[in-house]
Parts: sequence; structure tokens; C-alpha cells
Amino acid sequence: MTLLEASGVVAGYGETQILHGVSMAVNQGEVVTIIGPNGCGKSTLLKTIIGLVRVRAGSVAFRGTDISSRPPEQIVRTGLCYVPQTANVFSSLTILENLEMGAFVRNSGQGERIGEMFQLFPDLARRTDQKAGSLSGGQRQMLAIARALMLDPVLLMLDEPSAGLSPAMTGLVLERIKDINETGVAVLLVEQNAREALQMSHRGYILVAGETRLEDTGPQLLNNPEVARLYLGG
Amino acid sequence: MSTLQNISTRIRRKWAPGHTIVLIVILAVAAGFLPFVKMGLVVNGVFLASIIALGAIGLTLIYGILDFANVAHGDYMTMGAYVALFIVAGVIAAIGAESQGLGPFTFGYPLLIAIPLTAAIVALGAIALDAVIYRRLRNWRVNTAVVSMASLGVAIALRGLVQIIWSSDTQNYPRESRQVFHLPMDVRIPPDNIFIALVAVILAVAVYLLLTRTKMGKAMRATADNPDLALVSGIETARVIRWTWVIGAVLAAVAGILLAVFQAHLVPIMGWKFLIPLFAAVVLGGIGNPYGALAGAFIIGVTSEVSTQWINPSYKPAVAFAIMIAMLLVRPRGLFGGQG
Amino acid sequence: MDIISYAAGFAIMAGIYAVFSLGLNIHWGATGLFNIGIAGFFALGAYTAALLTTQPPDPMLFEDFTFGGNWSEIGFLDLGIDLWFFLGIAAAAIACGIIALAIGYVTLRLRDDYLAIATLGIAETVRLFFLNEKWVANGSKGLYRIPKFLGDLVSPENYDYIYLGVVLAVLVALFIAVELALKSPWGRVLRAIREDEVAAEASGKNVFNFKLQAFILGAVIMGIGGALFAHNVRFLAPITFDPLLATFVIWAMLMVGGSGNNRGAILGAFAVWGIWTGTQFLPGIFEDPNFRFFMIGALIVTVILIRPGGILGEERRMAQTVKD
Repeated sequence: MTLLEASGVVAGYGETQILHGVSMAVNQGEVVTIIGPNGCGKSTLLKTIIGLVRVRAGSVAFRGTDISSRPPEQIVRTGLCYVPQTANVFSSLTILENLEMGAFVRNSGQGERIGEMFQLFPDLARRTDQKAGSLSGGQRQMLAIARALMLDPVLLMLDEPSAGLSPAMTGLVLERIKDINETGVAVLLVEQNAREALQMSHRGYILVAGETRLEDTGPQLLNNPEVARLYLGG
Repeated sequence: MSTLQNISTRIRRKWAPGHTIVLIVILAVAAGFLPFVKMGLVVNGVFLASIIALGAIGLTLIYGILDFANVAHGDYMTMGAYVALFIVAGVIAAIGAESQGLGPFTFGYPLLIAIPLTAAIVALGAIALDAVIYRRLRNWRVNTAVVSMASLGVAIALRGLVQIIWSSDTQNYPRESRQVFHLPMDVRIPPDNIFIALVAVILAVAVYLLLTRTKMGKAMRATADNPDLALVSGIETARVIRWTWVIGAVLAAVAGILLAVFQAHLVPIMGWKFLIPLFAAVVLGGIGNPYGALAGAFIIGVTSEVSTQWINPSYKPAVAFAIMIAMLLVRPRGLFGGQG
Repeated sequence: MDIISYAAGFAIMAGIYAVFSLGLNIHWGATGLFNIGIAGFFALGAYTAALLTTQPPDPMLFEDFTFGGNWSEIGFLDLGIDLWFFLGIAAAAIACGIIALAIGYVTLRLRDDYLAIATLGIAETVRLFFLNEKWVANGSKGLYRIPKFLGDLVSPENYDYIYLGVVLAVLVALFIAVELALKSPWGRVLRAIREDEVAAEASGKNVFNFKLQAFILGAVIMGIGGALFAHNVRFLAPITFDPLLATFVIWAMLMVGGSGNNRGAILGAFAVWGIWTGTQFLPGIFEDPNFRFFMIGALIVTVILIRPGGILGEERRMAQTVKD
């Protein structure tokens, strides 16, 4: 079943148009990775889906309803959550408060959900009253993901979760994302570590200059010599 | 990239206790000056600071959450002072209630009734102004300076309104003269100042509890910290903004009343003039940081009051301004960090 | 005759305000700098020019200030044909430029609104300085022997007409200068900064330098306006520089006329000054100066909400962004 479907999405900032008609889809339970050169519009695509950037043409549908003109606070209620690449925690709030803010629109079961997050990320449980701004890069990324999971999303979108992390930490974060996917949450990933990301992906898209250039399964993309040469660093 | 981030987190880790060190250094320097300073001025400065603090906490919250310098904040204070005048001298006097001095204070119980009423009226006014003016500008996503510009228009219009209704003459709450408390070290405290400090402490504690213990308060801090992340976390920004105006306006209204009691008169320009110490406190504490604003208020209040020992008292706003400029030169993000 | 002389007096003040409005247009209209302390530059310019042209204090008049100017000669320089007037204008411009350099240097690297707070502070500090330092400019008693341009060479009944000529000549000269500056590549960079500071920075422009230059240029023009004002009213006291008539009204003028447009800045000055002085002759609530106070604020808000471009709006020709 198709969870998220973007068709012909056009979007941008001010007078610059960045996405010139992007079409892509994520199905239930899938991990989908978007790769592409810098500035091709990967981050903008996620921001457009979540409602931070306005859709100028085309449409975004989530679970069958059109969400392309809705504000983010309504979109997240429908089970689509998002982890930005930078500034993805409230740094002056404590870890616990960050998780509470993730659950802002949640009516019940907040305590239990926080408990589940602490099981998933035991590192966070040890320092609940520490300010998020004082965490290390890896811990911060974990907190950002946990925050986004607070609303039990059906689909989680992550913008370069490994940016700025050491290789070991990158592996750990991707491992966690896999765990999350195994609980039934679909994942839409934008990654610069394309090889690792595609290895754990069901499908992938290659985005170039604001357009979808190629779509295939993860392994196929990894084995495609042209993709390897152009986007996977040889 | 990863090393960069590592370095930045390491610096940030170092700076967490750094705030405390900054505070201790300031206190130590201040303590060093104490023997040369008239105690009375310090005490008076603390009372003045408590009024600055009420205004500055609201101003910094609005600054942080709505992302603009609300130049009309001083005139919200003026509005508060005059609405209370209307309630005390107009309404309550008209229904025949007496406003005799209450206990040791120069004012009567009508002022105690007027404070919450005024706060509610000014808060409603602030929400109405947001609905008519600021909400549209937000929807249009105009430059933050344009929003400040609009608030300048609001400031001028509000003062004009005050002058139309109450004239531009100096006025006063009905008051009785009272004995001043004499303390050792030549410290004299008008009883009213005790009341001022008490109200300020109660409100500051209330705001602290609101910001740290309630979901809305935490959402306000979250929005000030990172507006985009607040949006994608599902925080209803419209509600957060409404609450910010309510808190800012309530604090401003009460600060206005307390200022009128403190200086024992009301003039329409009182709020506009108070903008300089208010902004100085906000900048000192770091924009969007209410605790910083509180600390900033005390530094500004006490320093500008103590400066009158050597400098012509009418230079007090200039002293506040000078401290602010010095701060901008040394640490533009304020003593305790904030949105730079 | 009365109407004509009234019209001349009106046009002088409107012309002086138009100078300020042009200066503010460089700050706000072209660069997006939010200066809410125009009164500070206004006062500094006016006092500087006044002090250079007013005769030294006269003990018989119980004046408190120490220094005056307007001597007949300096060294070998004969100052017969009222050179002091021009020296005063130049000095006013320089004084405001220096203050703008200091304030701009501290605040223009920081977020936009710090400049606003700083200008607010400098306006109050300048006012307090002239109020308290009696030895500088006679404190609250004010300077009241500021000479006319050309002194006694012009008969009093004709002074307004001569001075109107001076004001208009300065205004036209400034208009042409500002127009050229804003349409030059330099002006286009300012606009690019106003529209998108990050993009301007990314295209290799030193945003801070451009902002600082614009802030100084605007302040210099405001200083000239202050000097012109001093020789028109010929009495200055700290109370003259009330924020209403020395800051707020000028903002209303620029917003109404059309920020970003020099013609609009001048048109707005004449229009708003017309409304301001005209409404006092109307009956009822308009007679109340406080109502006009309210009106100025309401006018600014209304323009922002309903017609952000003012009457004339911004000229399209300037609306090109810097690409190189």
C-alpha cells in the first residue's frame, strides 16, 4: 500500500525554484533512500512534504489524503514525522522536555512512549535532565529521532541523520533506523553515505537538479555501474 | 565536519558551567564596589530592577517567540498604568468606595483590585492588536524589521490614545503620604517599594513555574529556541503566540502600574522612556532568555541607580545604554546566550 | 500676502523634513536599516550648526554655554559672505557621520533590530547631553541667538523667501545625489542586502561595509537637515527634539510617500506635513494635537497593512538583484 505519494512537486524559496516536478512514493513498511549531488533539492523535498516549504504545483498525498497545503502541525498529526538535518533538537530544553515537545499533540500514553524511547536509546535515559545543547553529536541525533518518534509515526523522514558523525557513530545511527523500520515504521531517508543507506533500503531514488532521474530497488541501484560512478564515489 | 561539530559541542559543554562563572565574576566585581557605594542606592536599584525585570521578561519572550523587537512594549506599560488610573480614580471612586491608604502603603485596596483587572484588559488589547496587525504580517512572512516598524506605529498610536483620553499632564493615583522605613546604613525604603518587590517576585515565580512546569510554557521555550522544529513537532504556534502576548502584556501592564507607584506619578511618555532599560536588560540576558532578562534587569537597575552617586541622575538611561553597548561589543549574544 | 508667506513657511519646514525623509530612505527604503532615533541625528546636526554660527556667550545675557562661532575671520580666511552657514552645515554632516560610524560599527554586524535599539539609546543620550551639559549649549534655556543665513543682509520680511530658496536648492542637490547613488551598482548592492542578506553575502559582497556606508550616508543627510532646521526656527532647546516631531513624523512621511522611492520620500514629507499642519484648522477632534499624535501612529500601521509601498511605491527599475 502506498503511504506517501508525491507527484510533479514544484517548490522553492523566494524567486528560486528548486524542485521542478519531483515524483516519488513510499509504501508501507519500506525504507526508501533519496540520493543525489549537493544542491539537488533532497532537503527541500522533505521540507516540502512536511509543509515547511509551500507546494507550488503538483501534489503530496499521505495515506490517500492530499496534504500539500496543510501546515506542519496538522501533517504530523496524521502520522508523518520529520527529523531535520541541523538544529534538530531544542538545545535549551532538557532531554525529557524535548521528548515532551515531540508529543505535544499526543493526548495519552506519553509516559509509556517516553519509556519506549529510553529502551530504544538507553544513552538518553541516563541523562534525562541534561540540556540537549550539551549532548554529543551522536546523542543529539538519537534524541532528534526519538523526538520525532513520540507521535508513533507511520512514516519517519530523516534528513542526513549521519551528517557530522564519525563512521562508527554513523553505523550506530543507521542500525537504529533499521530497528525502527523493523517495528513497522516506514522510513524516508536522505543520506550522503549513499552506499550504507542503499544497503538497508528497499528502494531508492536519484534526484538530480530538482528532478527524479532514476528509481530502482536498493540492491539494483548499488549494482548499477553508472550510479556507482556518479553518486557512490566510484 | 565531524571535528568541527566535536569542537563546538566541547565548547558548549565548557560553557554550561561558564554561565555560573560569569555570574560569580559579576557578583564578585559588584561586591568589590560595595564598600564605596551608598547602600540606599543599591536597595533602590533593586526595586527599580524588579520593575525592569517584569517588562524585560515579557519583552524577551515576545522577542524570542515572535522574532521581532516590540517597540510598543513600553507603551503597553503606559497603557497599564493609565487603565489602572481609570479603574482606581474613575470606576471605584464613582461607585463610592473609599481608597484610603492600605496598611503602610500610599494607595488603597482599589489598586489591588485594579491590578488583575488592568492586566486582563491590556492582555485582551494585545491579543486584539495581534489579530489585526501582527498575525497578517506573520502570514505574509514580512521582514522582521517591518514587524518592528508596525510596532512603532502601535507605540505612537497608543501614546496618542493615552493623551487623548487622559491628557498629557502629569497625574497620580489617589495617595496618602506615609512614613518611610529607616534601616541601618542610611537606607530608607518607602513602604510602597516593598509592595512593588513583592508583586514582582510573585509574578516572576509564576512565570518561572509556567515556563518550566506546564506544557504550554515548555512549548513557548521550545518555540523561542527553534521555531521550525516547533512547527514540525506539531506545536500549535498560534496558541503559543497567543499565550506569549498574554504573558507579555500582563507583565507589562503590572510593570506600568508599579512604575507609576514607584515614581509617584504617571506621564504618557513613561513607557517609551522605559524602553532603553528594558532593551538593555534583554540584550544583556540574551534575546529570548527570560532568566537572562531577569539577571540583566538587576544589573541595569542597580548599576544605573548606583551611578547617580557620581553622575547626574538624569543620565540613568544613558548609563543603561552604555552598559548595553559595552555588552554588544564584548558578548553580543548576552551574558547567558540567546538568539544572536 | 499672508497666505503666501504662510505657504513659504510651510514649504521651508516641509522641505527640511523632506531632507530627513531622503536620509531615512537610504536607511530603511534602500538598505532596510531600522533607525528609530532620527531625533538624535536631528539634534546633533542642529546643535552643531547652531554652535558654529552663534556668537560666543554674552555675560549680560546670563548664558551658560562656553563656546560660540561666527567670528569674522579665521587666520587669513575672510568669512564675510556667510561662510559660517556652510561650515555649519558641513560640520553638522560630519558630526552625524561620526556618530553613525560608531553606532553602526558596534551594531551592524549583529541582528537587524540591535541597530534600532542602539539608535533609540543614542537619541536619548544626545538629548540628555544637551540638556545637562549647560556649558555646551545652554541646557534647557536653549540657544536663541542663532543667526539668519546672510545675517542682516536680507530684510526680515523677505528672509523666508530667501531661505526657502536655500532649502529647496539643498533638497534638489541631495535628491540628485541620492538618486544617483541608489541607482549606481552601489545602490543595487544595498537593495540586494535588504532583500536577501545571506544571498548578498554569498555573492561575495561585504554586507557589513555596505550597511555601514549606507548608515553613515543617511545620517550625514540627516545632519544637513538638522543644520537647515536650526537656521529656520533659530531657537534650539532639548525639548525641540521630542520623538514625535523629530522621529515619528519622519517615519510616517517616508512610509506614506513610498519607502525605497526618493520622489516618494519627498512627496510624503510634503503630504504628511500638510496633513499635520492642515488638520489643526479643522474643527472638532482634529484640533486636539493628541489626536494628530494618534493619527501618525495609525497612519504608519495602515500603510504597512494596506499599501506597503506607500503612495508612489518602490521604483521597479531598482528591482534588479545583484547577480555577479
